[in-house]
Amino acid sequence: MEKNTFYHALQIDEDKCIGCSHCMKICPTEAIRVCNGKARIFENRCIDCGKCYKVCFSKAIYLKQDDFDSIFDYKCRVALVPAVFLGQFPTDIRPSRIYAVLYELGFNHVFEIESAVSIYAYLKNLYARDHTDDYPLISAFCPAIVRLIQVKFPSLVNNIIPVKPPVDITAMYARKLLEEQGCNPDDIGLFYITPCAAKIAAVKSPVGEEKSIINGVINMDVLYNRVYKKIKEQGKNYVAPQFSKARLSSDAILSSLTNGERRLCMAKRSLSIDEIDNVIEFLEKVENDEIEGIEFLELRACDQSCAGGVLVCENRFLVSECMYARARKVAERERNGETTRDLEINKERDYLAKNSMVESIKPRSMMVLDKDISKALEKMERIREIKNMLPQTDCCFCGAPTCDALAEDIVRDNAQLTDCIFIQRSLEAVDNMKISEAIDITKKIWGNEKLNISNDE
Amino acid sequence: MHFEYSIIEGDFVNAGAASSAVKKTLKQLNLSPVVIKRVVVALYEAEVNAIAHAYGGTIYVDIDSEKIFMKVEDRGPGIPDLELAMQEGYSTARPEVRDMGFGAGMGLPNIKKNVDKLVVNTKVGEGTTVEMEVCFVE
Repeated sequence: MEKNTFYHALQIDEDKCIGCSHCMKICPTEAIRVCNGKARIFENRCIDCGKCYKVCFSKAIYLKQDDFDSIFDYKCRVALVPAVFLGQFPTDIRPSRIYAVLYELGFNHVFEIESAVSIYAYLKNLYARDHTDDYPLISAFCPAIVRLIQVKFPSLVNNIIPVKPPVDITAMYARKLLEEQGCNPDDIGLFYITPCAAKIAAVKSPVGEEKSIINGVINMDVLYNRVYKKIKEQGKNYVAPQFSKARLSSDAILSSLTNGERRLCMAKRSLSIDEIDNVIEFLEKVENDEIEGIEFLELRACDQSCAGGVLVCENRFLVSECMYARARKVAERERNGETTRDLEINKERDYLAKNSMVESIKPRSMMVLDKDISKALEKMERIREIKNMLPQTDCCFCGAPTCDALAEDIVRDNAQLTDCIFIQRSLEAVDNMKISEAIDITKKIWGNEKLNISNDE
Repeated sequence: MHFEYSIIEGDFVNAGAASSAVKKTLKQLNLSPVVIKRVVVALYEAEVNAIAHAYGGTIYVDIDSEKIFMKVEDRGPGIPDLELAMQEGYSTARPEVRDMGFGAGMGLPNIKKNVDKLVVNTKVGEGTTVEMEVCFVE
């Protein structure tokens, strides 16, 4: 059985939230409402895509993370670093310099997450070969997409390729390697430097698994600040000690960007789609069986994929360009035979392959009105009646993102018909509601402060 | 619960509008994704058939707790040889329809595969009525 509530990285700081409703309007799964002047997240609908985080100008939406100092709970402190982390820094700062700073900040080991990309791609291609009936297959790379499919497109869960993303494979490798080197398993702390909210949630409450192998999550913006500060302090002429070199192939560097996985897949026809609304539009078509001949879909919740993650500090287009520049340099060395594509991790391919499948990804539809079909039909009929009474302006004054959402909330007993200001006005017109009652309703939704402007008189 | 949608001749741009709307409804009913898919595929095929061949028509959908009943009624040329039309790959679609990726002759056979009950009534020169039923529980 899946748990009923899910860990969410995105949280609302009620002290900072002013109930402006911007987050509610932008949420792709209609997971937010305004109540008592504060935004509220419906946990079972939220997929941690981070759109609300980006739009919140009060900085009231934050991401739960592990305190940086929690790395010191472990003797053997491992940083799992994604390629986008390097993409935020100016190109004249070399990757090895950045990794050196990570050691200086307290880590003992740095593992590049994308070193597992070739194993990851190999496993996906293997799975695709044996599952032609489930085409188009969908990559599980982006955890927000996996959750989106679970809640909004439950009929497509079988299209998801159940291969763990590169970060989990690298984490497994790191743990195995360190244990073989004699580290006590309890002393090893694996910390994922995350570019987004969905990946935090995926570590804290993994889909199709009991518990993640990763011990903690450090938000990328926090680490970026620490690293950049240190580099500035050390100055231009500082000679960084060599700890760890950047070893990724050009393909691996680009894998978290849009088209990154598609370049490595064997499918004859495939598509890359980024940005969550684009993905939703396309999945509607896939669900209707309107798409023919497409074998593989690389779907990412953020525009520009991971370069557009909410915790990435630099502009997403610049990050992407920076990663392409780095990949081009590496590609040139690859062509000249100066680098070996044979990473150490590939020696463990069989072991990692055996442990890289997710058990099962179950649907958990947010749309079902009632488990009992007769009751669901009744509710649906009521929703239809209510919809006909509502103005279809989607003005949000009721504290719900759309008129349709309000109708559903009413039938689910989460709202009243009189929450709608048009209904209030209609009732006032025939003397069925006093203005003071309408004002009380408004205050209940939007809080007292917004209506107290003239109180000082 | 009853729904109606109208079909406009040659309006391929909006092909799938009715099946999408029905899908949205069924997703709220706690039905298995397999059942939903069968309904959507069947209705989509019937919808496209009517758009491609007829001069317009209406889709009627009735849902109760046990089944969904769908009737696609069109004013059109009718089907001269129904037995032939039920065969896979047989098509009388015009070239311009085929150019749009439709008209592979899979319409009626595909519907038959996906529904529990199929009744086709057709009269040459007048039109065709396709009645489909999918039960929610086996």
